[in-house]
Amino acid sequence: MIAFKNVSKTFRLEKREVHAVQNVSLTIGEGEIFGIIGFSGAGKSTLLRLVNMLERPTEGTITIHGTDINKLSPKELRKRRSNIGMIFQNFNLFHSRTVAGNIAYPLKLAGWSKAKINDRVAELLSFVGLSDKAKDYPDQLSGGQKQRVGIARALATSPDVLICDEATSALDPETTADILRLLKKVNKEFGITVLLITHEMHVIQSICHRVAVMENGRVIESGDVFEVFTNPQHETTQRFIQSVQQDLPSENIMQEWRKRGGKKLYRVIFKGSITNDSVLSQVTQKHDVHFNIVYGSVQELQEKLFGNLLISFEGDTPKIQATISELASLVDIREVTDLES
Amino acid sequence: MKVDWTTFWPRVAESTGETITMVFFTLICGSIFGIIIGLLLFVTREKNILENKFVFQILNILINIIRPIPFIIFLVAISPLTRAVVGTTIGTTAAIFPMTIVASFSIARVVENNLVSIDPGVIEAAQAMGASPLKIIFTVLIPEALGPLILGLTFISVSLIDFSAVAGTVGGGGLGHLAMTYGYQRFDSSVMLVTVIILIVLVQLAQWLGNVLSKKFMRR
Repeated sequence: MIAFKNVSKTFRLEKREVHAVQNVSLTIGEGEIFGIIGFSGAGKSTLLRLVNMLERPTEGTITIHGTDINKLSPKELRKRRSNIGMIFQNFNLFHSRTVAGNIAYPLKLAGWSKAKINDRVAELLSFVGLSDKAKDYPDQLSGGQKQRVGIARALATSPDVLICDEATSALDPETTADILRLLKKVNKEFGITVLLITHEMHVIQSICHRVAVMENGRVIESGDVFEVFTNPQHETTQRFIQSVQQDLPSENIMQEWRKRGGKKLYRVIFKGSITNDSVLSQVTQKHDVHFNIVYGSVQELQEKLFGNLLISFEGDTPKIQATISELASLVDIREVTDLES
Repeated sequence: MKVDWTTFWPRVAESTGETITMVFFTLICGSIFGIIIGLLLFVTREKNILENKFVFQILNILINIIRPIPFIIFLVAISPLTRAVVGTTIGTTAAIFPMTIVASFSIARVVENNLVSIDPGVIEAAQAMGASPLKIIFTVLIPEALGPLILGLTFISVSLIDFSAVAGTVGGGGLGHLAMTYGYQRFDSSVMLVTVIILIVLVQLAQWLGNVLSKKFMRR
């Protein structure tokens, strides 16, 4: 429903040009949670602001439901904007308005009647679990509560897209998990397309369906979260994944491993349903080889299981070779060679 | 020569009334123009909602020309204009005209400064919700800046009490005039003392009122 086509954005500063977004093409499907991850300065914030024309593209087109939004008149654009909810890292609530007043604001802009506004505000407050805070002012709330108000305000006009600008970056881990659950609920219950940007891989891991990795204004990798997580192509992507999932034990433990003989280690990656079969024990038993799980994890990603184990084998070398080649036909297995790092 | 206090007190009351009138009307008119100019100055800034270099520069230069001129010189300098507009250069009404001009530009700066301190993210949020520039001015900028703005206006009104005394010395009436004619020219320090005390009380009252009002609107 949102399509970026060859989009670039260049900022002209004094004597320098900053290419914030460079030739990005992305399509975000209806009803999905799409995450854009990148380190700060990668251009993701600018990219997000192109969706509601808070920034205008230098080149390329952005279409929502087939409409080129850069071609809308100011009035049409304002109308279109009320159909795109936005939440922010720093919440950006109106300090001079109560919680209820903040949520009512977009409805007033849309010209709703007072009675309808009151009903809608009450409904939204109960959805985000803040019914008792209606008359409070934002500065009396905690960060998590502020973001809940932000979400309620963004949802007030029942938009079909919600864009999130680092919505959890100012929150502690527990509150972050809370807000992420709420975003998931928004997506599931209302079918709202969610486009979010973040620098935290666990945000992508816990709620996104698809992901795009940005670096220096370009999208360097994108795809299904499970695919990108289990088979990252780009070095930056690998770094992001390592931030949530360590795939090598610490150097101390590796040293000890080498001291005690240091058998060859193999990385075995299980994806999806195969994690339920006892592949390892079946194959090793068949070849009369023992295996030893040295390190690893099995986690859930997009409601699929993903195992990443470091394994060593004991037995005759030819038998081990046979085991490995049989395993290779069932799972992803490769010798770990970067142990000296 | 001593003053006859029985006839003097009514004069003090009258002068105090004149001072309050001058300050009050100047504050009202100056606030109206000042807030308009200040808002224009803010919204026409670079990258702001109604960016307009031309308008911004004109206003900016105008403020920078008027503000540094000492009030007593400004008062005398624009007296031909005052006569043309008000019809006279003497009296309370005549003093309100130059005071309003100076107050407008001072208030414009105060308004601009308060608006600059609003978190740009809040303005961005309103834009993202589809608010027009005019809506942003009335439903975001003014309410968000109101608390500090009242403090700023209080500050201005205190200096207006000062300006009114200056205007008084050149025929503007009010406590300044009283202090000049009785205290200074007749060397009566007791009259001087009375005016000073009244001025101090007025300033304190203005500050107290400003604090109370701003607290009502400050939510931070």
